[in-house]
Amino acid sequence: MKRVAMAVALLAVALTAVGVASGAARHRSSPTKLTVWVGWSARELSAFKQLAAEYQKANPGVALNVVGSINDNKIVAAIRAGTAPDVVSSFNSYDVGIYCGTGGWIDLTSLMKGSGISTSMFPATTNYYTQYGGKKCALPLLADTYGLYYNKALFKKAGIAGPPKTIAQLTADAKKLTVRNPDGSLKQVGIDPFIGFYENVPERWILPWGGTYTDSKGKAHLASDSAWGKWLTWQKQLIDWYGYDNLVKFQAGLGDEFSASNAFEVGKVAMNLDGEWRVAFIKAEHPTLDYGTAPMPAANPSLYGSGYINGTIIGIPKNGKHTPQAWNFVKWVTTNTHALAEFSNAIKNVPSTTASTHSKELIPDAHFATFLKIFANPKSGTSPIMASGASYTNLVQNFVTKWQAGQVKNLPGGLSTLDKQLDAQVSQAKGGGVP
Amino acid sequence: MERRRARSRAAWRRRRLVLILMSPWLVGFSVFFGYPLVMSAYLSLNHYDLLSAPRWVGLANYRYLFSVDPQTWTAVRNTLWMIGVLVPLQVLSAFGLALMLARARAGVGIFRTIFYLPALAPPVAATLGFVFILNPATGPVNTILSHLGISGPLWFQDPSWSKPSLVMLGIWGVGNTMIIFLAAVLDVPRTLYESAQLDGAGPLQRMRYVTLPSISPVLLFAAVLGVIQGLQYFTQAYVAAGVAAGQASQAADVTAASLGYPLDSTLMYPVLLYQHGFTDFQMGYASAMAMFLFVVSFAVTLTIVLNSRRWVHEAGR
Repeated sequence: MKRVAMAVALLAVALTAVGVASGAARHRSSPTKLTVWVGWSARELSAFKQLAAEYQKANPGVALNVVGSINDNKIVAAIRAGTAPDVVSSFNSYDVGIYCGTGGWIDLTSLMKGSGISTSMFPATTNYYTQYGGKKCALPLLADTYGLYYNKALFKKAGIAGPPKTIAQLTADAKKLTVRNPDGSLKQVGIDPFIGFYENVPERWILPWGGTYTDSKGKAHLASDSAWGKWLTWQKQLIDWYGYDNLVKFQAGLGDEFSASNAFEVGKVAMNLDGEWRVAFIKAEHPTLDYGTAPMPAANPSLYGSGYINGTIIGIPKNGKHTPQAWNFVKWVTTNTHALAEFSNAIKNVPSTTASTHSKELIPDAHFATFLKIFANPKSGTSPIMASGASYTNLVQNFVTKWQAGQVKNLPGGLSTLDKQLDAQVSQAKGGGVP
Repeated sequence: MERRRARSRAAWRRRRLVLILMSPWLVGFSVFFGYPLVMSAYLSLNHYDLLSAPRWVGLANYRYLFSVDPQTWTAVRNTLWMIGVLVPLQVLSAFGLALMLARARAGVGIFRTIFYLPALAPPVAATLGFVFILNPATGPVNTILSHLGISGPLWFQDPSWSKPSLVMLGIWGVGNTMIIFLAAVLDVPRTLYESAQLDGAGPLQRMRYVTLPSISPVLLFAAVLGVIQGLQYFTQAYVAAGVAAGQASQAADVTAASLGYPLDSTLMYPVLLYQHGFTDFQMGYASAMAMFLFVVSFAVTLTIVLNSRRWVHEAGR
């Protein structure tokens, strides 16, 4: 009987030991699962997953689950429902004011400080569009930079030597490059300044004119900033030269922006304001297109070389379960020069730290190099980050579309009313009601 | 006494049975209508951005809605325009088609199918089709018009033609209402027509004194439904604006900037409400907009129903 009891006791000890050992092994081999939401899809999503795999290989303690095709609606809904992932990213910075202002995305300041990450690693513009109200709730993850694409073959045919640098040159070249049908309709357009066409939004067009949105107190001042009046007057005059209806009809017959029948790619538009990603599109869709890239022509010579910047932002939602691990990944993907260069090569967006724009790993490309310079230019700018998010710039765009259609008869008066509406909108978004 | 108690017990059992039978509806109504309505009313008095807790602001959202938001009255005007033009035209065309189909002698089934088929097209697909057909530069309609020497309009690209284009789309898909009218017209007793004819009534008089009174409840139904659908007009306006603005490949993901394209002419009240609630994340303000829509819908429906007593002839009344 004693022997049996001894055997049972030994068996129990052995089983317990095996259990503990296997539990420990299981504990060691089960990495922390991090879910990462990104907006990319298809080819770009694969590139990001490859980057995530590289991180995972170097950090076996985490397992990344990357989910693509995410937009801001899904992010907000998940944060509300308490089911937000560990890391979130948005395709643009328009809603940073909402994310930072509400605390939906956590303030990264202390985490950055603890890791020795300084904002000086990033250009000033990207620092601006990843913060709001003193909270740094996001970091840039590659950037989109805008410049001028011009068709060299059409330039040669029209006898134009190089890309325009001033507004006067832009206007003259646009007219030279425009071809009309016998009935007066447009066959080929020099440059299309119509707001709403492809990438044309006011915040990208106003930068070369030096316009800003708010005064030092944060109040809208479009009426008193003369750049707005000058840009809008120039824009309307050029649209009227084409003929508003002519231009609308011309645009209606153009191919989709993100397809091989893009108007610039097929030579329907000789010059176009567009982002750096177009370089990759042209390479894939029209590799023989003879074109060049340059900064947008500027009203003031000192602004030439600058441009509009925006881009993907990444952060950590509130109530995250693995904030330290999530931060480690965010830190790596936004500040590691190798990671940024590799991802930039893959999806042809601008790498978003100052160091990474000089990385030797970047595949040299003359067309793309223009955008690296624009990105590094200290006078480059971005959209205003406001409490009301994207609706702020939408309201401006709404006004400009009415202006270009000839529905605004008194421009200074219209801009003055717009200023009041913008301030009221911001007040409303902050919960302050009608001012 | 005992009999009274038994009657009372029987009545209670009946009431309990009714309650049990109605409970699925009661639960659905409370969860999907009652609760959201109460919450909307509450949130409309709060600043609520979906990410932080609601904060009481009283009537501030309503003040912004009625006195500041530059797009409110544009959206209200557009919505009223659609109701004022689309609903009567839909009712008239559905009624006209039903009359024609009721008189058809040959190929009745084929014609009924042909006229009903558009109603089966999903609204997004139908709208996409219309925008492409009416493309001023490449669409077949303007191409044919140009062969005839006519310069076609810009349709969905022109603020004065965008709403009429949506009306055409609405009339094209009138099949559901047409079927209801057809059933009502075919249901009018032949004897009434024969009696009227014997009394010397002509076709117009038969229509005025026999057909219309007989189908008046259906007319009321079509009018009320049309107005309510008009107040909730969203999908077609949302998709048409996005596609016409140049986002053919992203019809389901229209950016806020293209809502109402061109020039706010297709900006309907529900579209603006959606934008504020789900794009701008101002759910408190969007709730105030929803409450206003609810009150207007209720008032309009009540007015139509109360007025209908003068012209609707219920059987047996």
